[in-house]
Amino acid sequence: MKILRFFLIVIIFYTSSALKADELDKRNNITKNLRCLVCQGQSIYDSDSEFANSLKILVDRKIDEGLTDAEIYEYFKNKYGEWILYDPKLNKNTYILWFMPLLIFLLGGAIIFKKLKKKHN
Amino acid sequence: MKNKILPFSVIIIFGIIFFIFYKGLEDSKIYTPDVNIKKEIPVFNSKEFFSGENVKSLSIFELDKFYLLNIWSSWCVPCRQEHPFLMNLNLDNQVNIIGMNYKDNLKNAENFLKELGNPYKEIFIDLDGTIAIEWGAYGVPESFLIYNNEIIKKYIGPLNQELVNDINLLIK
Repeated sequence: MKILRFFLIVIIFYTSSALKADELDKRNNITKNLRCLVCQGQSIYDSDSEFANSLKILVDRKIDEGLTDAEIYEYFKNKYGEWILYDPKLNKNTYILWFMPLLIFLLGGAIIFKKLKKKHN
Repeated sequence: MKNKILPFSVIIIFGIIFFIFYKGLEDSKIYTPDVNIKKEIPVFNSKEFFSGENVKSLSIFELDKFYLLNIWSSWCVPCRQEHPFLMNLNLDNQVNIIGMNYKDNLKNAENFLKELGNPYKEIFIDLDGTIAIEWGAYGVPESFLIYNNEIIKKYIGPLNQELVNDINLLIK
């Protein structure tokens, strides 16, 4: 009986610590993706400012409440706007940023294709 | 004809790049938060500053009245500068000033009010700074003008005469 109880405790301990580690990973990922608005070029994860520390507490709280990553990002976006996210979403201000490489790639490809064709002829 | 395609496309590419960089020049390099936002005020629970009793945000802000929520702290130097303006604003009695004590030592905060006066109708405590985040605040000092549970305007940084005039204009 005692051995059974011992194993039960060990199992519970291990599963709960694994869960905690998962949460920590999630928290780190989220805070690395949030911009510290009062610091220069730092993420919430990197910063130790008052603002960043409060935000970290709130991220923990939201994870405990069972919110998904997307819901947490949406929550902060609602409070502070798109600027707080490091990963810009596709919208009318960023479409050039997203499509420019593709455009350059296609144009370059077309030029090379033309040249090669000319050489072949 | 064929020879013209290459220089033509190069000119177009450079044209596009020039356009993008030129557009980028017009953007402000400093992040400027939007201050004229119509947003519902957040719902939160906190503790009252003097009594330590629980307070709900819904019981603080009534409809059809102007409120100025001021985030302050005894350790914040600009808060000292703006305090006389808050005292003056309170004398006019047209706006209810609500204080949010931000990440402060209560004893120091009480001394701060004893020394400089208390313009606040009510004060609640934000010990870990999370309520300020709920409000979308950046730090101390910061003030929010509220009417009908909506944020009309926010003032980031210490208030001065110019901003007080602006508040007086808005609440008229």
